[in-house]
Amino acid sequence: MKRSRFPLLISVGVMLFFYLPIFLLVVGSFNDSRYGGPWRGFTLKWYERLLTERDIWAATENTLIIALVSTVVATCLGTIAAWVLHRYHGALQRTHYLFMYMPLVVPDILMGISLLLLFVNFSAKLGLTTITLAHITFCTSYVTLVVLGRLQDFDNNVVDAALDLGARWPRIIWNVILPMLGPGIASGALLAFTLSVDDFIITFFVCGPGSTTLPLYVYSSMKHGSPTIINALCTIFMAVTAIIVITGQFLMNRRQPVQQLRS
Amino acid sequence: MEHFIELRDICKSYGQQAAVCNATLELKKGEVFSLLGPSGCGKTTLLRILGGFQYPDSGRVIVNGQDITDLPANKRPINTVFQNYALFPNMTVWDNIAFGLRVARMTRKEINVEVDRMLELIDMQDHARKKPGEISGGQKQRVAIARALVNKPQLLLLDEPLAALDLKLRQRMLIELDNIHDEVGITFLYVTHDQGEAMSLSDRIAVMNNGSIEQIGSPVEIYEAPGSSFVAAFIGDTNFINGQVKEKIDHDYIRIELEEFNSVLAWNDKQLNPGERVDLSIRPEKFRLFRNKPEATPYMNAVEGTVEDIIYLGAQTKYWIRVGEKLVSVQQQHGRFLLDETPITWGENVWVCWHANDGYMLQRFDEEDASMLPLPPEEDLEDDEEAQ
Repeated sequence: MKRSRFPLLISVGVMLFFYLPIFLLVVGSFNDSRYGGPWRGFTLKWYERLLTERDIWAATENTLIIALVSTVVATCLGTIAAWVLHRYHGALQRTHYLFMYMPLVVPDILMGISLLLLFVNFSAKLGLTTITLAHITFCTSYVTLVVLGRLQDFDNNVVDAALDLGARWPRIIWNVILPMLGPGIASGALLAFTLSVDDFIITFFVCGPGSTTLPLYVYSSMKHGSPTIINALCTIFMAVTAIIVITGQFLMNRRQPVQQLRS
Repeated sequence: MEHFIELRDICKSYGQQAAVCNATLELKKGEVFSLLGPSGCGKTTLLRILGGFQYPDSGRVIVNGQDITDLPANKRPINTVFQNYALFPNMTVWDNIAFGLRVARMTRKEINVEVDRMLELIDMQDHARKKPGEISGGQKQRVAIARALVNKPQLLLLDEPLAALDLKLRQRMLIELDNIHDEVGITFLYVTHDQGEAMSLSDRIAVMNNGSIEQIGSPVEIYEAPGSSFVAAFIGDTNFINGQVKEKIDHDYIRIELEEFNSVLAWNDKQLNPGERVDLSIRPEKFRLFRNKPEATPYMNAVEGTVEDIIYLGAQTKYWIRVGEKLVSVQQQHGRFLLDETPITWGENVWVCWHANDGYMLQRFDEEDASMLPLPPEEDLEDDEEAQ
C-alpha cells in the first residue's frame, strides 16, 4: 500500500511556519543591505558593528547580572519550596502550590503592572534591583515545578536510611538529597536563566534609567535604530539559547539514579 | 533477667485510625523476633517507632535498660534494612556501606577494614565499585544488610526485606539471612506478612492483627497452640469446630456436642465445664483417612463422610470431606502413593479419624477469621456462578 504523503506535508508546513522567520533572520544578519529586503551579498559587517556598539554591551552586562542573580536565588527558593510541597500534604501546601502555579498562568502584562504598582507604592528606585526581584518572582515558580517533577521519583526511604545510619540533616542534604536531585535542580536553573534573559514584558514595566536589558535594547533599536544589527544580535542570542536548551534537555534525559534503582 | 529490648504499651494513631494499640514486646539479646501479620495490621508502624522514624502517642521504648522513646532515629543504636533497600543511588556499593562509619567519624583505616569485612560477609567484593543501579535485587538486599550491620547496632530492624525478590531468590536470601545472624549474633526484628519466612527464621513470633498483638510465641507454639481463631487461620490451614461441652469424660477429656455433626472427644485444655462453648482448631494434617471404620481406640474420634474434592500436590494430597453439614479439610502425606496405596477418589465414603489431643481449644473465636481459610476450588466456582 502506498503511504499517504499528507502527514509529511503537514509536518513540513508546520516546520516552515515555525522556523521560516528565524531562518530569514539568520540569513538577514549576513545580508549586505541597510534595511533588510532583497539579498545584496554576504557580509559580516553587522557582526563587526555589533562589537563596537557600546550600548549593546552595557545591556548584555545588565541582562547577565540580572539573570545570574535571579537564577541563583530562584533555584534556592524553588528547590526548598519543591521539597516542602513534596514532603507535606496539607491545606497549607495546597495553597502554597496554587501560589507557585499562579505566575505561570497569570499574563505577563498583569505581573508587570502589579509589580510596578508594588515598587511604586514602596517608592523603590526602579532599576536593576527591581528587575531582579521581578525575575526571581516568576523564575522561582518554574524551578519549583521542575524540581517537584523530579521529586515524583524520589524514594523518601533513602532519607530515612541516612537518618538511620546516624547522619544529621546538613550531611543528608549535602551528600544524599542534593546529589540525587542535582540534574533536576540544574535543569530548573537553566530554565530560569533562559527565561530571565528572554523576558521583555515584565522587565519593561519595572525597569528604570540605566537598567536597559538586551530584550529592551532590541525593542528600542527596532523602533529607531538599525534593524539589521539586531538580526546579528538575535542570531548570536539564539545560538547561545539553543546551546543552553540542548544542554538542559541532555541533563533532563540522562537516566536518573533513582530510575535505575527502580528498573 | 532484664529484657534487652522492650516496647511498653505502645499506642499510635493516625487521625481517628488507631495503627497500634497497647503493644507490649520484649526481645531477648541475640534472638530473631518476627512481627507477623496481614498488611495494615500495624507491624510496620511498630518497626518505625523502634527505628525512631515515628514517635508513639504513648508508651515507652527501652533498649538495654535505657529509655530511648524520645531519641531521634540518628541517635539510636538501631539500624534498619528498608523494604525497597533505600540504597543511596549516587554512591557506590562501597560508599553505601561506609556511610554510617563516615558519619561516626571513624578513621579511614578503620573504615577500610570494616567495609572490606562486610563485603566479604555478603560476598560482594567484586562489586564494591558498582552503583546500586548496576547490581541485581538480591545483591542490593545484601548491600542494604551490610550497610546496616557495619555499624554494629544493638538491634537490626528488617522491614519486609525479601518482599521485592522472586521466590527462588527469597528462599536463598532467607538461608543467607540466617547465616548472617549466626555470624554476627545481633538481635533481629523481622517484619513480614509471609508466615513461611517468619516460621523458618524466627526464634519467636508476634502475630499482629488490627493494631494489637494477638499472640507471642515460638513458631511451634504459634502453630500448634494458637491462642485465637485469627492466629490459627493466618498461620497455615486449619478447621474450626464449634460446639458445646456435653459432659466431662474424666479429668482431662470432655465430650463436645457439635453444631454441625456428631459429638466428638477433645482434650479439655482450658478445663471447661458442661454447657460452656468450645471452639476447636484442628490442623488438616492431624487427620487420618480410612476406607473402613477403624477399630475404636481410647480417645480416638472417627466420623464418616464423602470425598468432595481432591487437590494432588505431589508430596501431599489435600481432601475436602463432607461430614454432615461441614466440609473438613484433610491433608495426607504420601509414602508410596501409586505403589502400595490405592488413591482415594471423588465421591468415596471415608472415615476421618483423629485423636482427642489433636484439636486445640481456642481462647478467642471470631466467625470472620474462618473466611481466611481456603475453600475447595468447586466452592469457589459455585460462588462465582452465583455472583454472575
